[in-house]
Amino acid sequence: MTILSTTRLPLLRHRDPDALFAWRDGRPVTVRAFLAAVRDLARRLPDWAYALNLCGDRLGFAVGLGAALLRRQISLLPPNDTPAMLHQLAEAYPGLVCLTDAGRSHPGLDCLAALPPDGLERAAATALGGEPAFDELAFPADQVAAIAFTSGSTGRPMPQVKSWGTLVRSVQGAGAALGIEALGAAGLVGTVPHQHMYGLESVVLLALQHGLVLHGGRPLFPADIAASLDSVGPRRLLVTTPVHLQALLADDTALPPLDLILCATAPLAPQLASAAEARLSAPLHEIYGCSETGQLAVRRTTATAEWRCIDGLRLRQDEQGTWASGDFLDGETLLADVIALTSDTRFILHGRSADQVNIAGKRNSLAYLNHHLNSIEGVRDGVFFMPGGDEPRGNGGGTARLAALVVAPGLTAETLTARLRERIDPIFLPRPLRFVDALPRNPTGKLPREALLRLLADDTAPPRG
Amino acid sequence: MAEGCAPLLLRGLMSDLTTMSPSEHELATLIVDTLTLETEPDDIDPEAALYGEGLGLDSIDILEVALAVSKTYGVKLRADDENNATIFASLRTLNDHIQRLKAA
Repeated sequence: MTILSTTRLPLLRHRDPDALFAWRDGRPVTVRAFLAAVRDLARRLPDWAYALNLCGDRLGFAVGLGAALLRRQISLLPPNDTPAMLHQLAEAYPGLVCLTDAGRSHPGLDCLAALPPDGLERAAATALGGEPAFDELAFPADQVAAIAFTSGSTGRPMPQVKSWGTLVRSVQGAGAALGIEALGAAGLVGTVPHQHMYGLESVVLLALQHGLVLHGGRPLFPADIAASLDSVGPRRLLVTTPVHLQALLADDTALPPLDLILCATAPLAPQLASAAEARLSAPLHEIYGCSETGQLAVRRTTATAEWRCIDGLRLRQDEQGTWASGDFLDGETLLADVIALTSDTRFILHGRSADQVNIAGKRNSLAYLNHHLNSIEGVRDGVFFMPGGDEPRGNGGGTARLAALVVAPGLTAETLTARLRERIDPIFLPRPLRFVDALPRNPTGKLPREALLRLLADDTAPPRG
Repeated sequence: MAEGCAPLLLRGLMSDLTTMSPSEHELATLIVDTLTLETEPDDIDPEAALYGEGLGLDSIDILEVALAVSKTYGVKLRADDENNATIFASLRTLNDHIQRLKAA
């Protein structure tokens, strides 16, 4: 399949301007109102190169994405909104404006509310005449649409540049593999953040590119997820993660029947997939991908352990590992997982490479976390590691967390945690954090896992506070 | 001294104001057990923040706490009942919210 780089791909594929686009605070938002908000923001955007999209509101985020495309500005999708991250991005991308929810601001950064200040209805009612037809809003396949970020080993976030064509074709490929077309204008409820590649692709872009109706919230608690699903009409899909799904199923809240469940960010246990299908009366499909490539493969977990690549994508292996490439990807990407290929488009996943951690769906590299830990003033040596593998902690089957051993004679646990909180996503904060006199480095300077575990278990090194 | 220490200092100076009620102590124990925190329930300042700087919980912790609360007290926490930030502001506000739901 060859598509010219000058091909224009539409922003959305809803039936007509009066079709339902989203539910926001229980009220319907039409395609017409959404597009009026996109044009309103496009007029208000300063003439800069980058729009850092910090919107928590899904509709605001989608408006920001559309307006940036319309102005040929690049949406930056931060992996978190820690002050250090925002500061780094502002330095690396001079000339950026932050798109935010109404009333939010970030010190030292230019902020602009993404949604119309006078409300969506008013923006739609006062929209200028003479706009092109709704389905003429399309952008060149080679236009850079967004930059997502992954954690590099150097402590700097690594940019992942996404053209509009890459994003659209990835989501269309996934939609075809998942049979989204059969769902019609179903409502889409997602529990994942849309700044994450999975959320961008499987919540916002899946809805835009398949004419689905976006639920504007990001429900977390089981009762909120149930209420959101109840509110979007008779046909519905839920886009979630293993952590959120596990919490939802552990609760006894009544849930309406669904048409489809999508799950990603970490492999789902087959028992949990079976339980979800039974409880929600819908097939559950998992999506495999990463920020570098976007969505790569899907599987229906209750039917098979084998992943099937999205059309147009291929894998190959050499001594370095498994490489992904495809019609709509630039070059080849080395995957961070251990994979057994059954063909160039089918494979079994055997877990992550040793440096990678995944906590509640957020990926990071230990090298990146160690870099930040060791860059804190007063830390002489320090290391993060996952003490119990991926086994859940506690009796509640909760999420496993990282441990850290640190040599920092002048620091308290509170100070060190506060410094880390400025630098890394809180989900990776060490629990437990142990101060030690020295790390158990072997003659080559490496830290054997057994020695780290022994030191962690050693009660003669009490927490200091 | 780092700002992260402030709640502990405050607690030392104002211990009579920050004494836990029996229901707060029960909730503190539930949180510590659910999340296998290294803190003792008695060491939690009922007025200190649960999110971020204070006890240092994140959204995954809050989800696990919500599940444990549902099983233990039979009440469902909702983010959009009221202001989410108000409910989870501290152990005290969370406990007050649970007690109100139980009474309803």
